[in-house]
Amino acid sequence: MKILVPVKRVVDYNVKVRVKADGTGVDIANVKMSMNPFDEIAVEEAVRLREAGIATEVVAVSCGVAACQETIRAAMAIGADRGILVESDVELQPLAVAKLLKALCDKEQPTVVICGKQAIDDDSNQTGQMLAALMGWPQATFASKVQLADGVATVMREIDGGLETVEIKLPAVVTTDLRLNEPRYATLPNIMKAKKKPLETVKPADLGVDVAPRLATLKVAEPPKRSAGVRVADVAQLVDKLKNEAKVI
Amino acid sequence: MSILVIAEHDNRTLKGATLNTITAATAIGADIHVLVAGSRCSAVAEAVSGVKGVVRVLLAEAPHLEPLLAEDLAKLVTTLAGEYSHILAPATAFGRNFLPRVAAVLDVAQVSDVVAVESANTFVRPIYAGNALATVSSDDPVKVLSVRPTAFESAPEGGSAAVEPVPAPASFARTRCVSRELATSERPELAGAKVIVSGGRGLGSKENYHALLEPLADALGAALGASRAAVDAGFAPNDYQVGQTGKIVAPQLYVAVGISGAIQHLAGMKDSKVIVAINKDPEAPIFQVADYGVVGDLFVLVPELVSQLG
Repeated sequence: MKILVPVKRVVDYNVKVRVKADGTGVDIANVKMSMNPFDEIAVEEAVRLREAGIATEVVAVSCGVAACQETIRAAMAIGADRGILVESDVELQPLAVAKLLKALCDKEQPTVVICGKQAIDDDSNQTGQMLAALMGWPQATFASKVQLADGVATVMREIDGGLETVEIKLPAVVTTDLRLNEPRYATLPNIMKAKKKPLETVKPADLGVDVAPRLATLKVAEPPKRSAGVRVADVAQLVDKLKNEAKVI
Repeated sequence: MSILVIAEHDNRTLKGATLNTITAATAIGADIHVLVAGSRCSAVAEAVSGVKGVVRVLLAEAPHLEPLLAEDLAKLVTTLAGEYSHILAPATAFGRNFLPRVAAVLDVAQVSDVVAVESANTFVRPIYAGNALATVSSDDPVKVLSVRPTAFESAPEGGSAAVEPVPAPASFARTRCVSRELATSERPELAGAKVIVSGGRGLGSKENYHALLEPLADALGAALGASRAAVDAGFAPNDYQVGQTGKIVAPQLYVAVGISGAIQHLAGMKDSKVIVAINKDPEAPIFQVADYGVVGDLFVLVPELVSQLG
């Protein structure tokens, strides 16, 4: 079975982003970029399924600027077999990405698509669900455990208040939660090997997809700052402040 | 045109996040209809009909709707969508799961985690773990919005909407809910709690987490929360996690015990009214957002706090 793993290049999770002074966006020039953490988990899961003999091929896909190649190489260093870059300079919103992925699914015919549950830049948490809808496939979002057997995926999902287990008939889309696995570090030999793996580049127009953004960003602003608090010397003073100043207890 | 709000419930009681979502719908300003889908859930429909601002309650009951799978719910909502200018659901695990399916089928964008409504087509949402607020506008014929519950008040009672049955489409059938394990707790629900006591890696073990934080939570009538580090280390269950990837909370009082305050954690709690930090590291980033900070050993300070509250 073939597994398709969409990966996104985002600002590294440790970077505290700054809003541009003109309010047009956040400043990502000269900022460290990395693979979205949830996508690393997705790649790791797909590679484990191949290592277990359940999957035969893992294809990493990224949609975006030419530099997304690095993200695909990173996925191949973890163990993806080949990569596809859908190259576009347009801002790609979740619906556009889902349509591009649909076009690739129609072509590649994967049995499972494993996506991260959300990208840590736009925090949308939409693409996997949208892809499943466009394909007419079942979905299992926020997965913390995945088992594949006999054309069915049994997935434990993280829900508010606990866990849920669902069975979905393949083909299907799974989105990863943080606790699905611990992604491996890519070793230097694997990074070198990844440079030789095949990476195909296509354009949205080749796939017949209109990627024009549907949402217009009018403004990006800093969130309201919290005013600096005070250090209290001991617990007695803390209790006094909470009772008499903040009046919350 | 009217607004459709999808109610979150467990077939017996309405989830509080629905009430916050109704308030967000009120800010858009049109007739509000609420869809209650499920199995034997007429009690939920009755509860919704008493909410102020709701003019119609649509009740779709079928045995296959009992677990409210995303595939079935999205199918139902898209069949109703034609009459609506806006479709709203709470940005909880429930809403996040099915709502993008609705948007994709309708071929419209979704605006996730709306924290403010500026007009009928302009909304504010946090990006980059809450480090920036984006104002976005949509020209799509239907606006599909997930609403951050903590950003809106609960809609009060005082309505008397009619409940009307609507037919449920056939089951999607390719997804089956096998089981649900819900943590049972007598404490308030984390997402809606007025006071939250949250623990991090500094607690050292699951035993310490419970032994230290439970008495404090009891004394304050608080829900328990945790940082990702504490959850990953097994101190607390996954659904206790507060942060960008866990729950977003905004209680009156948030007590962070042994939590350093990583960007991802702050994303989940920095809209709390009052933040208290107890940490031995005076340089911990949590102190930059805490209204009241105590530097010291939490193993001494927390029991002392409990005794002074008692």
